[in-house]
Amino acid sequence: MKINIPVSKARQLALHHTMKLSESTIAKTAIANNFLTDFADVLLFIHHFMKETFSRKLEIKEFFRQCFAIGYKSLPLISVTGFIMGFVLTIQSRPALVRFGADTLLPGMVAVSLIREMGPVITALICAGKVASGMGAELGSMKVTEQIEAMEVSSTHPMRFLVVTRVWAATFMIPLLILYADGLGIIGSWFGANIKGDVSLVLFFSQAFSHIGFNDLLPAVVKSFFFGAVIGMVGCYKGYNAGRGTESVGKAANSAVVLASLLILIVDMIAVQITDMLPV
Amino acid sequence: MKTEETELLLVKSSKSAAKEAVIEITDLCKSFGTQEVLKNFSLKLYDGENLVVLGKSGSGKSVLIKCIVGLLRSDSGSIKVFGQDVTSLNMKDLDEVRQKIGFLFQSGALYDSMTVKENLEFPLRRIKTHLKQNEIDAKIKEVLENVGLADALNKMPSQLSGGMRKRISLARTIVVDPGIILYDEPTTGLDPVTSKEISLLINDIQKKYKASSIIITHDIECARITANRLIMLQDGEVYAEGNIAEFEKSTDKVIKAFFI
Repeated sequence: MKINIPVSKARQLALHHTMKLSESTIAKTAIANNFLTDFADVLLFIHHFMKETFSRKLEIKEFFRQCFAIGYKSLPLISVTGFIMGFVLTIQSRPALVRFGADTLLPGMVAVSLIREMGPVITALICAGKVASGMGAELGSMKVTEQIEAMEVSSTHPMRFLVVTRVWAATFMIPLLILYADGLGIIGSWFGANIKGDVSLVLFFSQAFSHIGFNDLLPAVVKSFFFGAVIGMVGCYKGYNAGRGTESVGKAANSAVVLASLLILIVDMIAVQITDMLPV
Repeated sequence: MKTEETELLLVKSSKSAAKEAVIEITDLCKSFGTQEVLKNFSLKLYDGENLVVLGKSGSGKSVLIKCIVGLLRSDSGSIKVFGQDVTSLNMKDLDEVRQKIGFLFQSGALYDSMTVKENLEFPLRRIKTHLKQNEIDAKIKEVLENVGLADALNKMPSQLSGGMRKRISLARTIVVDPGIILYDEPTTGLDPVTSKEISLLINDIQKKYKASSIIITHDIECARITANRLIMLQDGEVYAEGNIAEFEKSTDKVIKAFFI
């Protein structure tokens, strides 16, 4: 349970002590308390998620329904995003490569950029906007309209039915969407390259893939799973812990996007550091 | 402060003690922060009766029934449902007790993403796990006919009116044949005609399914139609207890304020 200690309450508590505290110290104490209770809430949520994941049977029908909603229904958006990513990257980097007479490296450069960094991060950020906000809003409105409580009194654990299925569906679907976006990005790049040149699709693809190694693909795929887990977990956490009013539904959706996007960038930064330490 | 008359109502109610109690609440206390919502609250629900709990908004009525199904944990006291104290049960045992209780939420709480049929299947598949598909279909058809909405099977909740949503919620509540039904303000937000229909439906359900019910309401018309016995909650305590005739004859100010 979240306990927000207002400044006035913290001030009252402080008055019981002989030590005189300044206004700013009291305010900081209240903020620190709220931060700690929020942090404890997150840990409890993860603990319940793990417990429900490993101690009970997965709601398989709901899991596939979520896979469909997260994966299949995101395809149009991810298709456009992936294509434009590759197309724009090619148009922007071509002049610089031509200046150094390295335009034959264009397919390889685009493929490595897309697969290692741009594909995973941009697709994950787009999914944070679509999937995490959707989860935050859906679970938030379910809470406001007592649907989560209705589930609980029907002897169904909402954490297992709503959260576990969504988090795992996001964890498995986001990497697939990222790989799909990478593929479409390379096709977009081929279109971009053909505006001012004439390269066959087969030659473009073979040149692109000749520059991609195991060390490029594996870390990108691994971090994609983490991006998916972050999107699912943040979306569900924000929705599940939404307040009682309708305003809280909007807040849950909004904060889910912001926090998921931020965490994706942080996870990416950590992943890049770890990848950098790996032997080439 | 209780008047002499309200004390009298409390004494009269002890006559119903001959029946077996399906819910027995003793000295229940529940607070939110410094606000005490229920103070040493005690209540018995007898087998087969409709007990109406009256009270102003914020008097602790909804908190009471949420404590009974374990959606809220009480601070102290005991709540025995079919002899089992829900305040001390683990989740598994609490789930078993919940399977014997139907809960009609104030908002209906139909699952927006599911059709009416899927809404009714949801508790059935989880609680009556032994049923085959044809038995499930037959059960759904039966309860929909009982609430007068047999043709709503494939509709989404968004396509239903307020009264229809309440009826479907009621169908979802009774589909698992609960021994006890808890109604949280079943007629709130409905027009007088639909409110009366829902109240009459509650009586029909009681007769057909032989369930014991606690009906939380501040709708006097609903109380008149459904109540075998009433209690009035005031500041987290039982203020008065009796039957509808006793309440209507009462000259106590607090009670009269409700029955004008």
